Amino acid sequence: MGLLTEIRSSISGLFAGSEPKRIGIYGPPNAGKTTLANRIARDWTGDAVGPESHVPHETRRARRKENVEIKRNGNSVSIDIVDTPGVATKVDYEEFLEHDIEKEDAVRRSREATEGVAEAMHWLREDVEGVIYVLDASTDPFTQVNTMLIGIIESQDLPALILANKTDLEDASVQRVSNAFPQHETIPLSALEGDNMDEVYDKIAEYFG
Amino acid sequence: MPETQHPEDDGVQIDLISADRINGLRTMEKVRLILDSVHDGNIVILEQGLDPSEESKLIEVTMSEISPDGFTGIEIETYPTDTAAPDPGLLGKLMGNTPKGKLTVIGPANRIETLHKDENLISTLVHEG
Ligand SMILES: Nc1nc2c(ncn2[C@@H]2O[C@H](COP(=O)(O)OP(=O)(O)OP(=O)(O)O)[C@@H](O)[C@H]2O)c(=O)[nH]1
Ligand SMILES: [Mg+2]
Repeated sequence: MGLLTEIRSSISGLFAGSEPKRIGIYGPPNAGKTTLANRIARDWTGDAVGPESHVPHETRRARRKENVEIKRNGNSVSIDIVDTPGVATKVDYEEFLEHDIEKEDAVRRSREATEGVAEAMHWLREDVEGVIYVLDASTDPFTQVNTMLIGIIESQDLPALILANKTDLEDASVQRVSNAFPQHETIPLSALEGDNMDEVYDKIAEYFG
Repeated sequence: MPETQHPEDDGVQIDLISADRINGLRTMEKVRLILDSVHDGNIVILEQGLDPSEESKLIEVTMSEISPDGFTGIEIETYPTDTAAPDPGLLGKLMGNTPKGKLTVIGPANRIETLHKDENLISTLVHEG
């Protein structure tokens, strides 16, 4: 920190029009990715990114919010937020039936979900320059999807921030998340309640600025 | 009930694929080898798992092959969970794995269920076809 950071930020200030970094919000279905994307977009641009829902695979296409300018300590970082469909290795339309969705709609949703996951994987290999990885801290972080995705992110040397979301829930354990991925910094938050967003923005500026 | 390749018996086929068999293949050939076997209702065990970009491709191709009332995707588990683990462990040494080697179990999502998993044990229940 110190001098170098200052020089770098004054240079990036000079080139205020430079390309914003594309930051992908990744994680399993239902982790709160869209809730977070909406909160970031609302805080800094005024509008939302997409619908949030307790039904998994609500987001079935990657959605982009461009030029989100986050101001931190007199500096500003500009990012494009890409809210991606939750990644899974299986999708069964019958799961949607449990959420009171008719069969025809469930079949369509599951087809869109599979396309969405494939699209998210593609974005991760080709089109993002940093990753915000969102986990529901009230669930077991030691899943194969989490392990594989973090492995893919690491293999591409992308800067990655791990967010332990839903800290407002009683079962949430931030420690369990940081134990699962000790090689990364874990930031707790509640995207729904807006808890600890200041630290999230500090870290976004630090990692992706 | 899911269809299997062998309607005359309801056994479970397990394909153990050696590191040697996998090493010479390109990414898509590996993905095809695995998914063709899983489509037949088989369980595939890789002596040495896939690298991250191959895993990414495996997820992508799996998604493109899911269909209603048919294939619902895969269940996959790897050991060790931490690819960065420097020590291959006893099982790894016995199997002659390099430190990077990781045992991987892949099966059809509607037939395989992970009962228990920790750093050195994967316990899996396979439902009959
Ligand atoms: N209690 C609690 N619930 C949350 C929080 N963040 C999100 N949720 C809820 O979790 C559910 C899923 O949120 P989404 O933002 O749609 O999740 P997602 O990760 O975008 O899910 P997919 O698009 O399906 O992959 C919704 O019911 C949200 O209201 C949180 O911080 N606390
Ligand atoms: Mg979403």
